[in-house]
Order: sequence, then structure tokens, then C-alpha cells
Amino acid sequence: MRADGETALAVGALSAGSAERREQWRHLALLLPALLALAALFVYPLLGILFRSIHKTSYTLEFYRQVFRTPVYLTVIGLTFRTATIVTLLCLALGYPLAYVLATVRPRLARVLVIVVVLPFFTSIIVRTYAWMVLLGRNGIVNQYLIALGLAPAPLPLLYNAAGVVIGMTYVLLPLMVLTIWSVMRGIDPALVRAAHSLGASPAQAFRRIYLPLSAPGIAGGTLLVFLLSLGFFITPALMGGPSDVMIAMLIEREVEFTLNWSFASTLAVVLLVLTLAGFVVYNRLVRLERLFEGRS
Amino acid sequence: MIAADGQRAGPGTIGVLAVASAVLVFLIAPVVIIVIVSFSGADYLTFPPPSLSVRWYERFVGAPGWRQAIVVSAKVAGLTTVFATALGLLAALALVRGQFRYKGAVYAFLLSPMIVPTIITAIGLYFFFAKLKATGSVLAMALGHTVLALPVVVIIIAATLQGLDVRFELAALSLGASRWLALRRITLPLIAPGVLSAALFAFLTSFDELLIPLFLSGVEVQTLTVRIWNSLLLEVDPTIAAVSSFLIAVTCAVLGVSAVLRRKGDHDDRHVEG
Repeated sequence: MRADGETALAVGALSAGSAERREQWRHLALLLPALLALAALFVYPLLGILFRSIHKTSYTLEFYRQVFRTPVYLTVIGLTFRTATIVTLLCLALGYPLAYVLATVRPRLARVLVIVVVLPFFTSIIVRTYAWMVLLGRNGIVNQYLIALGLAPAPLPLLYNAAGVVIGMTYVLLPLMVLTIWSVMRGIDPALVRAAHSLGASPAQAFRRIYLPLSAPGIAGGTLLVFLLSLGFFITPALMGGPSDVMIAMLIEREVEFTLNWSFASTLAVVLLVLTLAGFVVYNRLVRLERLFEGRS
Repeated sequence: MIAADGQRAGPGTIGVLAVASAVLVFLIAPVVIIVIVSFSGADYLTFPPPSLSVRWYERFVGAPGWRQAIVVSAKVAGLTTVFATALGLLAALALVRGQFRYKGAVYAFLLSPMIVPTIITAIGLYFFFAKLKATGSVLAMALGHTVLALPVVVIIIAATLQGLDVRFELAALSLGASRWLALRRITLPLIAPGVLSAALFAFLTSFDELLIPLFLSGVEVQTLTVRIWNSLLLEVDPTIAAVSSFLIAVTCAVLGVSAVLRRKGDHDDRHVEG
């Protein structure tokens, strides 16, 4: 139906070349305010960061040399990658079964259950982080129950260490993983699995040979998205980590706020940006970014 | 399949259901618990609370600092909503209805603030506004949030426009309406629920965001999220549970209204078609 309308539009546009050109200019004029705003408030500031990373009094690569030669910075980059990997694997392990259930239960039930995923997804990250600080603290709610139930003799150290960071980040990023995988799973025709059953496949076989490969783009997309966002995480590790759980984004903030070394902060930011953008080039081939918002309500 | 045809409820299915249920509890429990303990009458956040009271809410709205922060957050989010919705609506109209080269690239560019780590956007804007000596202003924070909210608005309005039958507009044009008249009388009324929904999400994006105001706010002008941040660096204060519940309520309101708008949008479409 829509294709007909578009054909009509296209035919109409072809019949008059100058009208088509006028139409193009009209659309460019509509785009212009948004493009200008992003150029001034997004691209220019990013170029400013790039410039600061290679220029102080004159052009230099000294800051990049420092980043890759100082063991502390390499440790932070390594720790960032390690944390991102653990968080991503946890999100996948927890997110895939939930996405599967959302995609296969009755649509009416799925609409109710998905609220449970969407509500935390749209809740402020700092609120979600605070919630886990209340739960995991030394006198926090989790420890109160562990001791009351006799599962731990003394409060377990769950906050202000690596465990806290992993739990908090997994919680914050899990909805994104679920929604990404779900967006792919919703497109899988259930008849394909039924066909496998009718041809004698066991449920495990039908899942492994039919459903899993069909949902693979969702797994790949969700994994990459969660991993790349984890690399740039700041709020949750800063509040829930201990003194040694420093991630790249926290290092950048410290260089800006406390050390006041803007050149160095900029260099770290460029390193993080390049890593992230390279990943998204791959991501964009797997899942389209705009599909995430289909689950918004 | 699980409930759809219900034939095979083997041990595998039960295992998957158990894991999925546990994950659902994991996702919702912290939100629910924070709301419940925000009504605690105790000095420590125990669960379930030994007694109920609204003392943390009294602390929240009673303190001039928190009240100012609500006003600053609302101003920043209000301005962001106006900027992002205006820019995003125009851009979405061009992207969905227009035929021009590099459309995919333009779309990707408009969405790119979603993928750049916010800390990078935030320090970029900090360097930028510091040079202009404009940090600590509501306008600077709103302009920064406009960058983050623009992709959200473009995605929602573009999706609404894609769901709208282009023949309504063609019919108006063929009956002699000008482009502007067709837009004003046909397209905009039909996509109004989507535009309103986009505006709400733009508001929420700004209201909930910490990093841009963390770098751009001054000592005097602080958003709610910045005040939460500053107080969490010191201690886990129960007042924050009340502030958090307030932010959760705002999120619920936005999600609820947008769900109603979406249903209304679907209904309008059917109505016109039928």
C-alpha cells in the first residue's frame, strides 16, 4: 500500500525535473537546523577534543606516547576491557532466556512482561545505581538477609569493589541486551520451529539447529552494543567501585576535574572514541540502531 | 514454543521459564524496593521497613537546595524538549518523506550522539562552553541535552511517519492543497501523538541525565541528578530514596502517557482508514 503511494510520488517527481530539485532543496532546508545544531554542539566539540590531544603549544604525539607507555594507563585500559567482557557475558546469559520467553509467550502477556524490562531501561542510571548501593552495602538489604538466613556469618563485601561494579553494570545494561535480542526474535516465524518438531527434531535439536542460528544476529548485536557501551561507562563504576576499580571514563573525568590535564583527558577520550566507533561500524551491519526503540512502550 | 501452543513443556522449557522469571525479578526488584524503603520510618534503610512515614519526602521537598534542583532540572528539560522536538520533527519529515542522496548517512549522523560515550560528549561540551565562559548556565546544559535527545526524537517521529499512509497527503495535494496546508491539516494532526510522545522522551532524557550537567553546572545551578551524585559521593542518604522514587514516578508517567498516545495513534489511523 505504501509502496503504491511512493511509486506515485516518484512518478510525479520524475514528470518534472525542476519540481524534483525544488523538492530536494525543501527537504534539505528541513534538515538544516538539526544538522547545524549537531555540527556546532557535537562535531565541533569532538574536533576540539581531537585537537587538544595532538596540540598543546605545537603539534605533538607526546600524549599518545604517554598513554601507551605508562603502565598505569595500560592497566586501566585492560581492566576496562575485562570488566566490559564479564558484564557482556553476564547480560547475554541472563538476557537471552528472557528475550526468548518474551518472544514466545502470548503477545498480551509479552506486553505486560516487557514493562518490567522497559521501566528500568528508562529509569535514570544514577537512580538504578543508587538502588544497588542500598541493596549491596555493608549494612545493605542483601547482607541483612544473608545474615538473617544464616548464609553468611558476617556482611559480605559486595560494594566498593569489582563485584559491585559488575553487578551494577550488568543491571544497568541488561534491558538493552534483552530488547536487542527480542527485536530480532520477534521476526522469527514460530512455524519454522514447529516444522522441525513435526519432522522429528527434539526440542533441544530444534532450538540448536533452527532457533539459535535465526536469533544469532540479535546475540551478536546485543553483545557488541552492551560491550561498547560498557567500555565508556562512568556513573556506575565510579559509585560502586573501589579505589582500584578505575575504568577509562573515570580516568578521563579525573584528568578534567582534578588533575586539570585537558590534553591527557582528550587523548584518553580519543582512544575510547576510536574503540567505540570502530565497534559500531561492525554493529551497524548486524542490527539497525533505531529498532531498539520499538520496545519503548 | 512455550505458551503459544503449549504442547511441549519439557524440562528445558521449565528451566528457561525459571531463569526468565528470576531475571524479571532481578530487573524489577531494585526499583520496587527503592520505592518501598523511601517510605521507611527508620533511620537505616532496612527491608521491609519497620514503620512507614513520609519523613524522607519531607526532607526532600523541605530543603531549599533540593527544591532549587527540581526547578533547574525542569527548566533544562523543558528547554531541551522544545529544542529537540522542533529540530527532530523537521529532520524526521525530511528523512521519511524526502528522496535525496546520502539519506542513510544523514540518518546515521543524526543518531550518532547515541553511540558516542556520553562522558566524551560531556567533556567536549565542557571545553567548548568553558572557552565561551558559559558553563553554569541552564541554556548550556539544555543545548548539551538537545544533542542527546535529538536522536530519540528523530527515531520516534520517523517511526510514526513511516506508519502513516502517504496517500492521505497525496489525496490532499491532488485536491489542490499546498505543501504547507497538507502538512498542517493532514500530516501534523495524524502524527501528533507520536510527536508528543517524542517530546516526553526528550524531557525524560534530559531530566534523568547526569554527565552533561555534572560538567556544565556551577555551584549555584545544579540539577537533581547532580545533587544526587554529590550526595552519594559522601554517604548513602535515605533522602535519596525519596528523590529516586520521584524520578521513577516521572519515568512511569512518561511511559504511561506515551503508551496511551500510541494506542490513540493506532486508533486514529484505523478510524481514517475505515
